Amino acid sequence: MAAIVEAKNVVKTFMGVRVLDDVSLRIDPGEKVAMVGPNGAGKTTLVRSLLGFYHIDGGTIRVAGHDPIKARTDVLREVSFIPQLPPPVRLSVSELLTFIERSTGTPQARIVAQAEAMELDIRSHRHKPFFKLSGGMKQKLLIAIALARRSRLFVFDEPTANLDPAAREHFYRLLSSLDYEHATIFITHRVEEIEGLANRKVTMDLGKVVEDETL
Amino acid sequence: MKNIGLVAYLDIRESLRAKWFYVYAFVFGGLMGLFFISGITDSVVMGFTGLSRLLLVFIQVTIIILPIFILITTVKSIAGDRESNVLEYMLSFPVSLREYYWGKLLGRFATVFFPVIVALFVGVVWGLGKGGEMPWGMIFLYSALIFALCTLFLGIAFFISTLVKSHDVALGLSFTVWIVLLAFIDVALIGLMMQNRVSDELILTLAMLNPLEAFRIGAIALFDPELTVIGPVAYYLLDTLGHTLLMLYAVLYPVLLGIVFALLGFWAFKKRDLL
Repeated sequence: MAAIVEAKNVVKTFMGVRVLDDVSLRIDPGEKVAMVGPNGAGKTTLVRSLLGFYHIDGGTIRVAGHDPIKARTDVLREVSFIPQLPPPVRLSVSELLTFIERSTGTPQARIVAQAEAMELDIRSHRHKPFFKLSGGMKQKLLIAIALARRSRLFVFDEPTANLDPAAREHFYRLLSSLDYEHATIFITHRVEEIEGLANRKVTMDLGKVVEDETL
Repeated sequence: MKNIGLVAYLDIRESLRAKWFYVYAFVFGGLMGLFFISGITDSVVMGFTGLSRLLLVFIQVTIIILPIFILITTVKSIAGDRESNVLEYMLSFPVSLREYYWGKLLGRFATVFFPVIVALFVGVVWGLGKGGEMPWGMIFLYSALIFALCTLFLGIAFFISTLVKSHDVALGLSFTVWIVLLAFIDVALIGLMMQNRVSDELILTLAMLNPLEAFRIGAIALFDPELTVIGPVAYYLLDTLGHTLLMLYAVLYPVLLGIVFALLGFWAFKKRDLL
């Protein structure tokens, strides 16, 4: 089976400090990986390297068979990303959905339907700037966008940090109900938060993968 | 390249909602309003009067304040987007770096160019209403100069934004660029020349390379073909190039410089870490 993520001996250095130190990681379709570790362990750097934000100093990365730097758009067509904190995007909700529809081909109606499943009514907020929505609404919308894209790889950076317990339940239920094969990376500090969703735990510390276990 | 127009359109929409845009439009609109109120069209200084004088004063002030406005608002919003993780989110969608960079630049160009050009045309309409003649040559030249000014400083601003990650450093660098360009116009360099500390050739070269000098020359050349009211660089250029080439230098040199900086910025955007 072809891996969705294949990182081999990845090195990334910031100002002389090895933030990723010879990291190798393979993620296959169907795997739900909880990536844990303390602050500064290299989790975010690894994910940003997978998404083509960082030029690595050594090793190779392939996401869905593509190099994230050389074939950035091919990689990003296969990946949905949710940041830890919703960014203060100044576009209106409607403009943001237009951008997503045109750049990814995801119909807006599908995003609206996903949002409704999260108990978020987008229609009444279409003309509001995204950053003016409440923290919970922004996070729900980001989740709806990510799920509606039906990507082969989901990358969630503490996705439920801004959600109340009910919304968290909705998110887990929707994620579990995706009816096609995909892989997921959850970056989290508390693995118990995503208990039942992850089937593998990768622990990072000081830029290295220090533990890799099946749950 | 299908998303370049989309990115440009969304940047314009976003800018139209931003406070900096209102301040920017207010400053240039207000400037024109101030000229009307102060009766500039009725005064005569050095032979310039009416609509010509209004436009001349407008372009002279624009040359000083437009660069700092463009530099600061552009680096602030781009560096701000990077620091607040907006860039991270928007670039997590399959939009190529080429589409994103040039789309943003085009969108930003529209938002900085049109308020100034609209203010210029409002001035023209007002002047015509007071009985002046349509100064076609002047309108064409000043529109070209404003276009060149916007291209140059947007190019520099995008270059700074891709090179410097920190918001504060980018702002400081923008301010430094502006001050240096203002300092190296030939009027300021005359002092050095008079002290005989630096060779005349070096001073002339420095001033000629300064795009603000090119704008000053372009702005005044229609009124003072002998360039007697401006410094020695203008006079030297007029003597060497002739009038037509001098005007081309005033418009094309800054445009080319702006394109070079924008291309360098794009190269840095592609080759360096995005965040």
